[in-house]
Amino acid sequence: MSVASFVLQLLNSLAAMLLLLSFAMLSQRRVVTLVNFLALQGAILCAATLLLAWRTGEINLYLSAALTLGLKVIFLPWLLHRLIRRLDVYWDTDTLLNIPGTMLVGLVVVVFSFGLAQPITALASTATRSAVGIAVAVILLAFLTMITRRKAMSQVIGFLSMENGLFFGAMSATYGMPMVVEMGVALDVLVAMLVLGVFFFQIREQFDSLDLERLESNEEEP
Amino acid sequence: MRPIELFTQVLEVAAALLAAPLYLGWVNQCRAWLQNRSAPSVLQVYRGIRKLFHKDAIIAAGASPLFRLAPYVVFGTMVAAAAIIPSMGTRLPFATAADAIALVGLFATARVFISLAAMDIGTPFGTLGARREMMVGFLAEPALLIVIFVASLISMTTALPLISERLATQALSLSPSLAFTAVAFTMVLLAENARIPIDNPATHLELTMIHEAMLLEYSARHLALMEWAAALKLFNYTCVGFALFIPWGAAMGEAGPLELLGAIPILALKLAVAGVALALIETVSAELRVFRAPEFLATAFLFAVLGLLVHILLGG
Repeated sequence: MSVASFVLQLLNSLAAMLLLLSFAMLSQRRVVTLVNFLALQGAILCAATLLLAWRTGEINLYLSAALTLGLKVIFLPWLLHRLIRRLDVYWDTDTLLNIPGTMLVGLVVVVFSFGLAQPITALASTATRSAVGIAVAVILLAFLTMITRRKAMSQVIGFLSMENGLFFGAMSATYGMPMVVEMGVALDVLVAMLVLGVFFFQIREQFDSLDLERLESNEEEP
Repeated sequence: MRPIELFTQVLEVAAALLAAPLYLGWVNQCRAWLQNRSAPSVLQVYRGIRKLFHKDAIIAAGASPLFRLAPYVVFGTMVAAAAIIPSMGTRLPFATAADAIALVGLFATARVFISLAAMDIGTPFGTLGARREMMVGFLAEPALLIVIFVASLISMTTALPLISERLATQALSLSPSLAFTAVAFTMVLLAENARIPIDNPATHLELTMIHEAMLLEYSARHLALMEWAAALKLFNYTCVGFALFIPWGAAMGEAGPLELLGAIPILALKLAVAGVALALIETVSAELRVFRAPEFLATAFLFAVLGLLVHILLGG
């Protein structure tokens, strides 16, 4: 077995693990574990980026791997853990759908996204193009995570996981976005996270809870 | 059919019959060691079966012929299943008659008979056990089938010996789909053999047991056959796992007697390691509430389907 095909197999395995982690996040009720899964997803993404960078010799990819490591594996999970401690939200007990139900919907979503990615896969010329379907699936599963959760915290984690999926999709379809775009996205995520952190405190001050359903019901009152 | 193939067939069934209680005894011994209890002898299961064969059978009043018939049917299906599974050699004359899907069917037949027999007497515990067994079974079966489908897709055949042969001879590669299905298969194995996250094989606490509850009314030779069949089932499931996920070491293709002889210690080694792994899983996990069992099995199903999807997309 040649080194190149081994690296490709390793990349495919990492992609499969990303998909698995998305399902794990979908089924997880504890917010702390959710954050750990997010960090793990970032770490796998970082490993995949490094492997791809080594395989293609693109300097850009090394930089974005470093960015992933710093931002998504270390800083954001640390920030989220701190927020969880200070806001005292450890559980997101009431999902909108029961867990096995969510899983089944997730499976349908995966099939749908594999179909959706077929034309992109046909167009792309990279060696990792077959992983585009998995990237789309990760994005849509993160969407599903955001939809089925009530608490603001889990929704933000879903949002960050979606960003991971987008990043992975760009990486496998075109060996990464241009560096400027990547930096911009990273900065956006960082700022969004900081602003949302402030928002959490405001929401809790107003409603004594991070349950976003209360925002809706409050609107109707005069 | 060459004589060596017939010999392989006979050897495999005989080995399954003899080694199954030993394997169960080994798992029990490992569990006892890991839990700091003084361990029973590995031969304890044989002793239990022998003792039961020497006793007089007592049948509850009002038991139908089905109740007497069930132990023989269950034991028979398990022996037939052992004849299909390539534990030592892949050229099995009997295996051409039934493929991996028929194997799942055989396990289902055993489950239906054991559940019907449990409900036959009409005691509440038997009925409770039977209903729980059917719940676990109907959730575990699709997961098991999909695990087999993935292996079949990779090797383009549903005959278990051929699947095993092709998986063993293909180029060594990292295969995420097989890794996922291996996890799913392990979960199904635990659930189907009444092991810890779903059922505790050592318990006689009425409200939590599943498999034991179904055997409450049996005695003497019927009970011995049922317990032997349970040991065979565990042995069979483990060997299916070997055939699908670690097929190396069995005598492949047109093997001579020497290769067959070489496959015996390798099988013994695999079983010893699998027994330790099983005991370890059972020691570190806690028994789930019965109503959490669907969640456990849904996860197994999810793993299996993910394996299937990943195979279709990444081709690995």
